[in-house]
Amino acid sequence: MRSFLLRRLLLNVPVLLGVVTLVFSFIHLVPGDPVQIMLGEGAQAADVEQLRRKLGLDQPVLVQYGRYIWDLLHGRLGTSFRFGEPVSQIILSRYPATLQLATLSLCFGASLAIPVGVLAAARPGSWIDRLLTSATLLGISLPNFVSGPAAIILFSVVLGWLPVSGRGGPAHFVLPAVTLGASLSAILTRMVRAGMIEELQEEYVKTARSKGLTETTVLLKHALRNSLIPVVTVLGLQFGTLLAGAIITETIFAWPGVGRLTVQAINSRDYPLVQGCLLAIAFTYVTVNLLTDLAYGLLDPRIKYR
Amino acid sequence: MNLFAILRAVGSNRLALFGTAAGTLLILVALLAPVLTPFAFESQNLPLRLRPPSAAHWFGTDELGRDILSRVVYGTRISMSVGFSVVLVSSLVGLLAGSLAGYYGGWFDEALMRIVDILLAFPGILLAIALVAFWGPGLEKLIFALVSVGWVGYARLVRGQILKVRELDFVRAARSLGASNARIILRHLIPNIIQPILVQASIGMAGAILAEASLSFLGLGVPPPLPSWGAMLNDGRSHLFDAPYLVLFPGAATMLAVLAFNFLGDGLREVLNPRLQSGSRIAR
Repeated sequence: MRSFLLRRLLLNVPVLLGVVTLVFSFIHLVPGDPVQIMLGEGAQAADVEQLRRKLGLDQPVLVQYGRYIWDLLHGRLGTSFRFGEPVSQIILSRYPATLQLATLSLCFGASLAIPVGVLAAARPGSWIDRLLTSATLLGISLPNFVSGPAAIILFSVVLGWLPVSGRGGPAHFVLPAVTLGASLSAILTRMVRAGMIEELQEEYVKTARSKGLTETTVLLKHALRNSLIPVVTVLGLQFGTLLAGAIITETIFAWPGVGRLTVQAINSRDYPLVQGCLLAIAFTYVTVNLLTDLAYGLLDPRIKYR
Repeated sequence: MNLFAILRAVGSNRLALFGTAAGTLLILVALLAPVLTPFAFESQNLPLRLRPPSAAHWFGTDELGRDILSRVVYGTRISMSVGFSVVLVSSLVGLLAGSLAGYYGGWFDEALMRIVDILLAFPGILLAIALVAFWGPGLEKLIFALVSVGWVGYARLVRGQILKVRELDFVRAARSLGASNARIILRHLIPNIIQPILVQASIGMAGAILAEASLSFLGLGVPPPLPSWGAMLNDGRSHLFDAPYLVLFPGAATMLAVLAFNFLGDGLREVLNPRLQSGSRIAR
């Protein structure tokens, strides 16, 4: 187990280095002078030079790259141009809100998908299966920038049940978490259904049925447990989609997380902050995938860590 | 399976048939936009701003008094052209990179897989958002950003398929008959792996439409006054209370387009590979 963990961690090093290199190179993609663009057309030459020195952009590219890596290893991501504070501090202050939203969406998605998937798989091909499967395709195709405003119109404007935006009490979580988790839930439902249909054809299910167990016990205690294993992998991969989706969902609901911060940073051309946000999201995604790999082995005893 | 057989199979699958019908409708709307629209998409009429749907303006008017129907119809052009360009270029780049890596292996394969690993460490459309954020907005930049992200999926798919097919007897036979590598790849391998690529392309079309709308929604896509459904949705957000129709119509159009190509992809997958009726690679 320890050697597996070590090898898996080491495998991530080149990927993370590649991610950092890519994010570092982004500032050199800016057409024209990035410092001039950050400060605007009317900026004084002296201010431009001062910011260029501060950002280290007056140095040769290799020196800039070396410094970037060195600073990153020491937890420094530069200073935000807009907020005048260290990027790492700003991201850390927003990070919990995003993690909270993504986790809640994941919980919502899974808690809806498992019963619905089981229900659909219990009688494959029946009208209820066809209805639920079509509903999942609708759910997958519904973009969150459409479902978010639609949910606001219905639940906040017409019915007045839930707050429009912001982060406060539990009621504030409902619309953003449901909006973000809806398509995940649809994808998971399809996974659970497919997995259950496959498991229900296995020999052990026949044994369980011939022992006289009730259909509910066969479905929930035998087939479901085994069909959930691949779902865990999808959960890990989909967590990344949730993080990317959070950029839009947080913007719609004025949710003070890293996603909205990314958009604000892009709009104010705060390049160090944009780079910091990108790194934070990519690193989270890589870490979640690592944890998923580990969880996979714990859930399925047939998988041995070597 | 030849083209005629694929078309016949599509006709027998309800999902694929709906997807094809809706997709064709959208393409026709995009092509016939100038004929179908009662007003120019950019023409402003401030006295008539924020009017609800009426006989003169079927979908109402926006905050600059522009006709929403005309903008939604012209938005179809943007969506379809971005979708087709992204799918075409991404699949060609992916086909080239994936088949070379899968067929020859070696350092090129190693390098390609490392690049793929790095690009896949960015979830969803984050990388496209990042590229546009630094490049600045614009239709060509948007397409280029989506291609930079999109080719990876095709390359991985093609590489995997080529690895599977290249050891089959008919390829060995072609090789022993003296066929060149280029001929083997172009005439023997690619025609045999085209089906999963068609499915991926259809789902990729839905993904590209969604990505364009998402980026435009964030103000990073198509620059104004060009009408993009995503940008229209963003503009309408500040009028959710007094003019919900501003988001209703572009929202419905986006959903229809994404649904159409997802249905087509799912239907094609069922038709082309009946064993694979489960799981989902659908775009979101």
